[in-house]
Amino acid sequence: MTAGSGRSRHPGRPVLRVDPIACAGRGLCAELLPELITLDDWGFPMVADRGVPPHLAADARATVKACPLLALGLDRGPRAT
Amino acid sequence: MTRAPAGLARYTTAGQPGPVPGRPAAPPGLPRLLPVVPSGQPTSLAAHLTRYGPRAAGLTERSRAGLLREVQESGLTGRGGAAFPAFVKLSTVADGRDPVVIANGTEGEPASAKDKVILTTGPHLVLDGAVLAAELTGARQVIVVAHRNAVAAVSAAAAERGRPGRGRVRITVRAAAEGFVAGEARAVVNWLEHGRPVPTPAYPRIFERGLGGAPTLLHNVETLAHLALIGRYGAAWFRSAGTPAEPGSMLVTVIGAVREPSVLEIGLGTPVRDILALAGGPAGPLQAVLLGGYFGSWARAEEVAGQPFSAAGLAGAGAAPGAGLIAALPADACGLAETARVVRYLADSSAGQCGPCLFGLDAVAGQVEQLARGGPDGLPLLRRWLGQVERRGACAHPDGAVRLVRSALRVFAAELDQHNRGWCCGTRPDPVLPVQPRRDR
Repeated sequence: MTAGSGRSRHPGRPVLRVDPIACAGRGLCAELLPELITLDDWGFPMVADRGVPPHLAADARATVKACPLLALGLDRGPRAT
Repeated sequence: MTRAPAGLARYTTAGQPGPVPGRPAAPPGLPRLLPVVPSGQPTSLAAHLTRYGPRAAGLTERSRAGLLREVQESGLTGRGGAAFPAFVKLSTVADGRDPVVIANGTEGEPASAKDKVILTTGPHLVLDGAVLAAELTGARQVIVVAHRNAVAAVSAAAAERGRPGRGRVRITVRAAAEGFVAGEARAVVNWLEHGRPVPTPAYPRIFERGLGGAPTLLHNVETLAHLALIGRYGAAWFRSAGTPAEPGSMLVTVIGAVREPSVLEIGLGTPVRDILALAGGPAGPLQAVLLGGYFGSWARAEEVAGQPFSAAGLAGAGAAPGAGLIAALPADACGLAETARVVRYLADSSAGQCGPCLFGLDAVAGQVEQLARGGPDGLPLLRRWLGQVERRGACAHPDGAVRLVRSALRVFAAELDQHNRGWCCGTRPDPVLPVQPRRDR
């Protein structure tokens, strides 16, 4: 579980990334994409390490667009760090 | 026969291998950076040149490439805590356009003093290293960010060097912001640029786009002081101290239950016991040492006493040299209470930008305080929160606090058990580890 390391156990899969400074814990992302995003005990999103599997790619893109603070991003490719 | 002036006697080159052509003779032994005889005064430019010899004036393309290779062969790593290879940073920034060099002497950690000491005793070493870093990377500007107690010494040293000639490196001295996170690399850039000493998002990296959008080389001041000497005496000389895997010397701050708390210069790999002896020896039986810094790790005193102070030597105990702090915890202090106070300080020092750090560290600190007081067993919840806080900030601040707490749970496991049964071995009234009072936010 990681907020923004951009690391994935599945190289090649796009990775969801939270900008923890921009994020205010509105929680929309966890409601829209519970398969990959859960909230910690203070309401801030934790992103699954495994990257975005193909069948959730469209949902992930929609969730990124829905973040009211533009704090959620989708990194293509192997590693952005 | 003329006697060498006191303090310079150890630097005669009699019996030493002859000087490398074109290079000043290298002073043997340690200390390299610290004064041989502490005077409490900054080393003047004249005394600095007497001790170390002149700096190579101006770099040609060829000598620049050679010197970069020399830095690579030296194996110098960053002395600010992360031990990142200095050569990698230098060469990355050297590829960029119009870079700037920042010498980071913020040293926001209340327990550490080594950056203040090198800035106030040997400011010209830091300036030489920063100017050399600028020449190696093609930077025209050096900014020294100095702890407020060291600003006067560094400014005086910069003034002593006179105005830079045309096309030469310009040195600016700025007072650092206060607070634990102010020394984080991106917080330093943000402070210089916007007057806000808090970290910014991890991307872009400052070596790509930092101060004013320029590729920015930020090194700890001690790292630059070592660089100044590698520039003079070369990689082989640098590697003649330390271990083959972790070469060179390092400044350490030794505090707590030692007879003479002090900043010392040691070869990497010096056994922890010998470092404590250099600080006057333990002032009584010790139970544990905090190694690296407030983002470092506790270790049982008897477990690490014989271990080399190096990444390899301390790895077995789950610790690392970090920023060179060694805090000796006496047997009559409570390690859990000490940890609780430091973790509360770290939580209060959060820049407050990232939710998991702002709320999570506060929750973690509360839980550790409860363990220290001997409240109900909150360990499962604490472990859950440590997992939820780790790697969840824009900077490594929460990770450092998590590391400290995890090491405390490991090293003070027996004390945890005692606290659960309503008993604590700590009888000492005064705290060991210093913290600063909470800032108003």
